[in-house]
Amino acid sequence: MAGLEIPSWDPQTALLIGTILLEAIVLYAGYAGLERLLGPHLMRLLVGGDRSGQ
Amino acid sequence: MVSSALDLFGSGLGILDMGPEMLALFVGFGLVVGVLFGFFGMGGSFLVTPALLMLDYEPSVAVGSGMAFVFGTAVIATLKHHDLGQVDYKLGAIMITGTTIGIEAGRASVYYLESIGLAGSLISVAYVVLLGGVGAMVTRDALKGDGDGGVDHEATDKSLDEYEIPETAKKIQRTVRIPPMVTLRGDVSVSVWVITAVAFATGLLSGFLGVGGGFIRMPAMIYAIGVPVPVAVGTDLFEIVFSGGLGSYLYGQGGGVDLGIVAPLLFGSALGARVGSAATAVVDADGIKVYFGGMLLVGAVAVGVGEIGTYIGSPTLEMVGLVLVIGAAVVVAAAILYTSVVSLRTTYDRQATTAD
Repeated sequence: MAGLEIPSWDPQTALLIGTILLEAIVLYAGYAGLERLLGPHLMRLLVGGDRSGQ
Repeated sequence: MVSSALDLFGSGLGILDMGPEMLALFVGFGLVVGVLFGFFGMGGSFLVTPALLMLDYEPSVAVGSGMAFVFGTAVIATLKHHDLGQVDYKLGAIMITGTTIGIEAGRASVYYLESIGLAGSLISVAYVVLLGGVGAMVTRDALKGDGDGGVDHEATDKSLDEYEIPETAKKIQRTVRIPPMVTLRGDVSVSVWVITAVAFATGLLSGFLGVGGGFIRMPAMIYAIGVPVPVAVGTDLFEIVFSGGLGSYLYGQGGGVDLGIVAPLLFGSALGARVGSAATAVVDADGIKVYFGGMLLVGAVAVGVGEIGTYIGSPTLEMVGLVLVIGAAVVVAAAILYTSVVSLRTTYDRQATTAD
């Protein structure tokens, strides 16, 4: 293990890294959708609901 | 393929074996790290590996999972910077080779040191030096008001032509003219060998510590290659997607990537990064940068305390170290969120008053 290695094909490791890649893409798209959906409502909550209604 | 997938989800996934308190800890810590990363554009990831070491994970698992987390974070951040047109794909492609060889050399060093029983101690010492050094630099710059030590939020609004090439980069471009030369975005002409040397050095650090290396690579790209700041940030992230992906793969082959750690961390950090990134629009970074520097310094002390705890066999000291690392990150992330809400309310009140 101590020397430099040329990566060999390992389906299980590829699946592991692929799962992380997929999770990252799903999270990017999912949170973007949530931001569009809930962002304005959250902003109203943060700046104060009653004040935003003024 | 199906059986390997079952193997992965049966053993490698780890989430199923994990208690709800550990799952909540990783999601929460990911959220905090994401806020810091989204706000400062760097620095979140190098809290993960020390925390995992203090939680008694094997050094290769701590570094490998830290690197896989960096890979996932880089994928998310690159997608965003691509949308903003801040990625120099030519520079990224050239850097990938140097960084990859550097990461592999760093990874091989970790496994070698692990085989002789020195990995945990040496990685911790490297973290103390690194966190302490970068923390001192950021704190000094924040107190001087130089605005370095992270992404300059105002700078990201400037056109790429408006950036001046630093003197050191100009000097390197004039003196190192070893062919082949390449022209990068911002009309920068530089030797491929300079780019490769920068990439290798930062890759070595990434592979050894399980970090993205952005806090070294970004200044190196700006001061040694002469790349405009926003392009340095975007290209760094793009490059980490490939080098970090390969590094994670190599660590994964040796059993060093635990999806039970990476998945919840990423789940929290993806949300945190959005919040941190949005906070940059309403908060002046200079006011908070001093806390960021302080957090890195506390992190250096915490890793040192944790390592002493391990050395003398004191679980109390190890716990103190862990609490310090997580606590410092939580305090700075909370300061960002609190300042953002206060700033939002002030802005809203001002607008309401003007409208009246």
